[in-house]
Amino acid sequence: MHAASPDRMSPNITRTPSAFAMWLRAISMTSAAMLVASCQEGVLDPQGPVGKAERVILYDSTAIMLAVIVPVIVLTLVFAWWFRAKNSHARYRPDWEYSGRIEMIIWSIPALVILFLGGIAWTGSHDLDPPAPLAESTAPLDIEVISLDWRWLFIYPKEGIASLNRLVVPAGVPLRFRLTSTTVMNSFFVPQLGSQIYAMPNMVTRLNLQADQPGTFEGLSAQFSGDGFSDMRFDLVSTQPEAFQDWVNATKTQGGVLDAKTFEELDRPAKADGVQTYAQVSEGLFDRISTSHMAAVSPQRGQ
Amino acid sequence: MGRLTWAAIPFDQPVVMIASGTVGFVIFYVLALVTVKGWWPYLWREWITSVDHKRIGVMYIGLALLMLVRGFSDAMLMRSQLALAAGHAQGYLPPEHYDQIFSAHGTIMIFFVAMPFVIGLMNFVLPLQLGVRDVAFPVLNSVGFWLSAAGVLLVNVSLVVGEFARTGWLAYPPLSEVAYSPGVGVDYYLWSLQISGLGTLLSGINLTTTILKLRAPGMGYRQMPIFCWTALASNLLIVASFPILTATFAMLLLDRYCGFHFFTNDLGGNPMMYINLIWSWGHPEVYILILPAFGVFSEVVATFSGKPLFGRRSMVMATMVICVLSFLVWLHHFFTMGAGADVNAFFGVMTMLIAVPTGVKIFNWLFTLYGGRIRFTVPIYWALGFMVTFVIGGMTGVLMAIPPADFVLHNSLFLIAHFHNVVIGGVVFGVMAGITYWFPKAFGFTLNERLGKAVFWCWFFGFYLAFMPLYVLGLMGATRRMQHYSNMHWQPLMLVALAGAILILLGIALTGVQLAVSIRQRERNRDVTGDPWNGRTLEWSTPSPPPAWNFSHLPQVERADAFWAMKQQRGTAQDRDVKQTYERIHIPRNNPTGFFLAFCAVLLGFSLIWRIWWGAGLGLLGAIVVGLVQAWRTDGEIEVPAEKVAAFERLHGPKESVV
Repeated sequence: MHAASPDRMSPNITRTPSAFAMWLRAISMTSAAMLVASCQEGVLDPQGPVGKAERVILYDSTAIMLAVIVPVIVLTLVFAWWFRAKNSHARYRPDWEYSGRIEMIIWSIPALVILFLGGIAWTGSHDLDPPAPLAESTAPLDIEVISLDWRWLFIYPKEGIASLNRLVVPAGVPLRFRLTSTTVMNSFFVPQLGSQIYAMPNMVTRLNLQADQPGTFEGLSAQFSGDGFSDMRFDLVSTQPEAFQDWVNATKTQGGVLDAKTFEELDRPAKADGVQTYAQVSEGLFDRISTSHMAAVSPQRGQ
Repeated sequence: MGRLTWAAIPFDQPVVMIASGTVGFVIFYVLALVTVKGWWPYLWREWITSVDHKRIGVMYIGLALLMLVRGFSDAMLMRSQLALAAGHAQGYLPPEHYDQIFSAHGTIMIFFVAMPFVIGLMNFVLPLQLGVRDVAFPVLNSVGFWLSAAGVLLVNVSLVVGEFARTGWLAYPPLSEVAYSPGVGVDYYLWSLQISGLGTLLSGINLTTTILKLRAPGMGYRQMPIFCWTALASNLLIVASFPILTATFAMLLLDRYCGFHFFTNDLGGNPMMYINLIWSWGHPEVYILILPAFGVFSEVVATFSGKPLFGRRSMVMATMVICVLSFLVWLHHFFTMGAGADVNAFFGVMTMLIAVPTGVKIFNWLFTLYGGRIRFTVPIYWALGFMVTFVIGGMTGVLMAIPPADFVLHNSLFLIAHFHNVVIGGVVFGVMAGITYWFPKAFGFTLNERLGKAVFWCWFFGFYLAFMPLYVLGLMGATRRMQHYSNMHWQPLMLVALAGAILILLGIALTGVQLAVSIRQRERNRDVTGDPWNGRTLEWSTPSPPPAWNFSHLPQVERADAFWAMKQQRGTAQDRDVKQTYERIHIPRNNPTGFFLAFCAVLLGFSLIWRIWWGAGLGLLGAIVVGLVQAWRTDGEIEVPAEKVAAFERLHGPKESVV
């Protein structure tokens, strides 16, 4: 933009390039550092098939659009600079306002880009639809997710156990989530695994994810849900399938029972603090919770 | 007094008390000054009861500038909180306070900064560009402004008396229902927006009618200036979408006040309905804001390139396509609700389609520059800054329109960066360009160029510093509305963002300096021709500032860029065709209805918020009485005698008549 302002010319002409170069260097260094930082965590460092497919879409679409946008930015600056009033070499066309050929091109370029990206959007929406099962041969692990004020409860229905604020899963096994909420809306999101989905009262949403390798990945709520929202984070721990089985067995031998009564105690506003497991979960708890508000009157949240 | 007790005033929060104490002192000082100097009669006569569209436009913009300072101080609080609250640190704002700040920031910036900016510009410019003497309904115009001001007052009262919403700027239920937000915060939010929303709707009806029904003789739609076209699209959207907002809020109010169950968790309520409804208003709303900004850029680029706008028909078509499509994309705000692949894909593709007409517009401005003789004044700086910045925001917008990409970007700081990219890079830059461009028309002198350019560079670099890190943070998994975070890697980027916010703060401060300096130098920068920029449209054919009746003779229009054509035919701007005879002109009489209605609306809103039923009854009764009195008024106009018009033209009109 410095170059585009002719009134900065004449006496400053020797100083302007160095200031410009300094800006350029500072900006490029900062951006490079930012890009490196962003590639080491979050959605650009995916650890499962869903996240990886979504990263491909992010990169491809960005590249396609940059191919149009960078020339537009450059042309804007070039035209503005060349056609500055002081430039006697530039040809002034005071009445030029229409060219059918250019009109056709400027409607076609965005239309073609959007046609292409629209195709990506259409197929991507279907391939990566959150409820759609992953194309894996392994049988999926079912997990029921309940968002509380302001904690996450994970129930393993087949195993009959539950875990609060910590999600342990086997690596390389598809994870089939069903989600609901006992209070307000939240959004269940593990950035490194991919897609998020809302957890809503009286509703069951579905999501399929998978962690390819063992590791610990941060999970969070991406939908503001009140004062304790910022701490509504949990660790998703991906382990080898054998280690997962060991964890299930260990969990079954320790910790309390999660039934209607203990759940009622859980379902009170509290900040997320610490991890807890339950050796036993009363059957059908998730289904009762996801429909419980249909008739009942919810308790008032404490002030 | 309903729920109102002394406990409602947060005496225990020094930050709030000091801030509101200072504001209170300033207000008291200003009121005292006005009283001592005896300015009340002037203010009452020339501004408060004025139904002149130019005065009302200026008041809208003044209101928006004031609220920009308020909304931006919220932004500074948020940026500094997040710069501090990393790791185990909790910053200096506890969640119950921080949640109010981001809710207030969003609400104020959209409803009380961007909206009055845009409506103010349209109000001031439209009748002048259309070559007419006023808007279709001058009194309604005043009522619309004062209702917006009433909403502003209520929002600011919440700072001192009670609290503001802690729900985010769209107050999603069930969080905004009584079960989860029992305080008065959401009520402040709802009533202030109901009142100002009514004002916006009235303004939209008024301006739509003005454009459709009042144009200079000879001005068909094909001759109408491009800003008027974009304003038409914007006002059609207001008329179509604001009733949705009012109805949605009305349902939430019934839930909160009367125990209804539209959006509650129990007894068949469904919060998802609210989210659909609010975005059926919310997405057209962003086009209500951006389309007039596109109009400003079209005028500015054409004027300062010394050329007609390239591809005018394309531009008009693109505007109207955007106007229609904007109603078919609302679901992209919640792809993550689990609507299913077909629904998500449909709304994703519809959203992307909007990028086609928008892209065409960018190319049109590009080819308007081509072959021009570009004068680098402040408005063109904003326009070029916009073209460079807005395409980046457009790109990230299209990216998020792809549902699977949105699944990982939704509600992240990437989204925050995206919409600030288009709102600052589009709406704010457009409004700043528009203010600089039309300022001499409103006040008779141009703004200081040097300081104007300094303001631009502060906003331009400030924007990049503040929001590029947010794009990166969003990709790193940082979500919006968090009050603190544990990941220490994010802190350096948060600090860069804070630096950007400080740079923008400097830009806002320099705007104040620019205004003060320009007023002091007004004699040097006086616009005596009425056409300081060598303009193309009819507003530049009037003296600066124009008389109350705008045009002593209604202009005869033959083609687009009407004033340019006149200048081509008759030589320079000074040699305008001067008819020596003038006729008497009827102009609307001053009217205090809007002011009194706003007074009643504040009383009504405040009483309803605090459940002071007698106060609400009084406010409602007052509003009805004021309405009835207005309904039976018959002295709506005053007559300006022909001699007075002639005298004005001798003094301010084209130079020939003075000689």
